[in-house]
Formats: sequence, structure tokens, C-alpha cells
Amino acid sequence: MVGATAPAAATRTDEPVLAKVTLTVNGQRRDLELDTRTSLLDAAREHLHLTGSKKGCDHGQCGACTMIVDGRRINACLTLAIMHQGAEITTIEGLGQPDHLHPMQAAFVKHDGYQCGYCTPGQICSGVAVLEEIKAGIPSHVTADLEAAPQITEAEIRERMSGNICRCGAYSNIVEAMTEVAEARA
Amino acid sequence: MKSFTYERPSTPAEAAAAVGRTPDAKFIAGGTNLLDLMKLQIETPRHLVDVNGLGLDTVEPTDQGGLRIGALVRNTDLAAHPRVRKDYGVLARALLAGASGQLRNKATTAGNLLQRTRCPYFYDTAQACNKRQPGSGCSALDGVSRQLAVIGGSEACIATHPGDMAVAMRVLDATVETIDAGGAARNIPIAAFHRLPGDDPSRDTNLKPGELITAVTLPKPVAGTHIYRKVRDRASYAYALVSVAAILGKDGTGHVAFGGVAPKPWRVEAAEADLPKGAKAVTEQVFADAKPTHENAYKLKLAERTLGAALNQARA
Repeated sequence: MVGATAPAAATRTDEPVLAKVTLTVNGQRRDLELDTRTSLLDAAREHLHLTGSKKGCDHGQCGACTMIVDGRRINACLTLAIMHQGAEITTIEGLGQPDHLHPMQAAFVKHDGYQCGYCTPGQICSGVAVLEEIKAGIPSHVTADLEAAPQITEAEIRERMSGNICRCGAYSNIVEAMTEVAEARA
Repeated sequence: MKSFTYERPSTPAEAAAAVGRTPDAKFIAGGTNLLDLMKLQIETPRHLVDVNGLGLDTVEPTDQGGLRIGALVRNTDLAAHPRVRKDYGVLARALLAGASGQLRNKATTAGNLLQRTRCPYFYDTAQACNKRQPGSGCSALDGVSRQLAVIGGSEACIATHPGDMAVAMRVLDATVETIDAGGAARNIPIAAFHRLPGDDPSRDTNLKPGELITAVTLPKPVAGTHIYRKVRDRASYAYALVSVAAILGKDGTGHVAFGGVAPKPWRVEAAEADLPKGAKAVTEQVFADAKPTHENAYKLKLAERTLGAALNQARA
């Protein structure tokens, strides 16, 4: 147990409680000692200085913080870093860099899949994971036949990307970028 | 967020005992609802017991021809499970109608049952809310109540259960399996799992302190068209204004539960015999005791029409 003994019931001091966690972030082992309250997002941004992942709402509503953890996209703002001991985490920095863009990053550039860019790292991490989810046969709300393999359609992409908000409204270009990456891979 | 100590036990009995013996302790699984509430200091646990190391993450057939769903099976995995897609379509559809892809990847079966209301007055710590702060009153009664309960509420609270999954589980007659802080196991029918607010809205369920959900079991599949129809303010990623979970035959016979209308999934079995007569005959009975506010009376008509659409879908 972290923090030795359970806190006394009387007065609440609200002293920080520290805990150690080891994460593999973008292929690199990172050993951290964190306040137990630290979200995975804050661990990446404030402690590892990986500021690509963005804090939008900090409540899981906007998707700007989306990371791929053990192969799955999640809201990094709604999970504690200490809950991810030994996890493999991919942030936008791990997908690609300016001199070797991930195909999804290149497609977002080509199709103007953003304006201000704040939601873009989350959109791209989510977009990469969405194509994997469809490939893995995971159905969605708009999948007509639950027992058939879902297809990559505009309706499927729009439904699956609904957890990523873009206030500039670049949605149609994001759909185009994702469609191009999916077709190039098919 | 208030500070807290943390532990990650490896057996359900250890986890239940840890929460049972520690003041202000809570289980954390996916964390998507609890951490949201902790950031707002609506929930202020002093100790978190992380249950992600307990296993409980498989879906297995039961000897009775049903399914046993581990408490920690993620919403994504449950919705994508071949048996669920084939035999319990209403459950797969309900799960896929809820939240976003990112949240479904984290959210668990047990956690989804325990998610708290999204009543705006529960979330706003400057407002009176008997669920958040017992005895403080209810700002919703004379407030913005468009999304809130039309039935099952009380003078103390008109919050709704916000989930979709539990509505499907209600129509499927699921059973919740638990282990308590002393190590004793029990089975709770889904109908008796969530509670109505009465004069104590602070308790959403009939779980005891430290009692841990270990699984949800489904009886053998029920034949018919499995439908989950959710009406909401936008096409995706929004809570239900009204939802209908139904298993219906072409002649209209079957079973139905409603979401978005009450503090728990709302089902009146006695009304189901009238399903072949049409939606109105059923909703008049299901909502006979409704006490809507001036802002949410529309839900009664919406429930009738949503059930009507489900009946049409089953007949098609």
C-alpha cells in the first residue's frame, strides 16, 4: 500500500502522497515518483515534458488528451498514472516526428484536418486507433449487422470519432484524412 | 482533487476487505466517472483500492446456457464479444450507444452499473443536492429538469440513472454477483440492485460498504429482435433523454425496459402482456405513477413513441 497506513479519520491534512511508477512511453522506459493524484496526461506533460498530448476539458469530454495505452485509445486525463505500472504508452510524439511523419499525420496535413491544431494530437491518436478497432472487428453504434465485420465508411468514422471534439470544425477533412489512410492500407 | 493513499490488491476478497476496513475508501476500476467526480471534489475518497489486478475480466458460458461477465470486462470487449453480439444484441447495442470509444475502452461492467447521475445540480457544488450532500435540499425540483426523472423520484431527488448498459441488463434479467468485506458472496437481481431515492438519495444502490461486484450473469438468451433505441440531443456521445431496451417478436410480444426516465432502469413486467396492443397501452401502465416536471413531461410522449418505433422495427 502506498502511503503506509490509511489516514486517520479525524482531521484531513491533504498532504500529498507519493508513489513510484514505471511506464514505457514511446518505447522508452521511464521511472517516475508522482503524487498519487497525477493523471496519465499530467505525468506525460508535466513530468516527461511530452506536451503533444493536450489538456482540453480535463474531464474526458473533448478527447484532446487521447493516448494509446497497451494498444487502446483512452482519455489520459481520466486515468491515474500509478494505475499504469508497466504499461506501453504511445503519445503523438511516438507516432511520428516532423522528419518522419506517421501516415495519419501526413494525411491530416494534406487534407487540412485541423485549423488551430489544439485537438489534433488527440484526433490523430484516436484516428489511428479507430482504424485498428474496425480492423479488429469491433462494432459501433452505426454498424448495421452486429455479427458482420464492420466496414470503413464515413458513418463509421464519424461515430467512432465522436469522443474527439474540434471547435474549429475540421471534421469533414479529418474524415477525408482517415479515409485516405485506410484506403492506402487496404 | 483531495489527496489519497492507494493500493492494488490481487484478490477480490482482499479488495473488499481493504475498502471495508478503511475509512472513506473506494474501489477504482476504469476510473472514468470516479476521477471526473474527484476532480470536482464531489467524491473525496481518502484511499483508493485499484481493482484492475483482480482478473475478473473474462466472459464465460454458464451451465444454465447463459453468460457470466467478469466485473472488469471493458465495455468495448463486452460489446464486441461474439456471444453477446449473437445472443444478447440488446446489450451490445446499449453498450455501443453509450459514451465514446475512448471511454468504452476503459469503462468496466461493474463500474458502469455504479456510475453516478449526471444531474446538473449533483455536479454543481454551489447548488443544493441531497444526493451529494444529504439534507441540503434539491435544486432540481424547481430548476432545469429537462433531462431528469419523470418517475421513481421523490421530493428529495429526481436524478436519473444515466447509463445504457443497465437498461439492457434489466430487460435481460441479469444478476449481479458480489463479495462483501467479510468474504461472503451473494447474488442480487438487477431489479433490486439500484434503489429509488426516497428520503436518502445519497445511496444509488443496495450494495453494502466494501461490497465488491465480481460478475454479472445473464440467463439463457431470449428469442426475438433485440433492440436498444436511444433518443438524445445529438447523434453520438450524449446521455439518453429516453431509451428503450426491448426484445420483441413480430407479433409484438416480448419485454421492454426504459432508460433516461427514472433513478434506475424502469421496467413494469405486468404491462408487457399488452405489448401486442401497441406502445400506448404499455406506456400508460409503465408511467401510470409518473410525476413529471413542467420541463420534462415531454418524456412521457417520447417514451411512447420510442417504444412505438421499436415495435415497428420488430415487425419489419
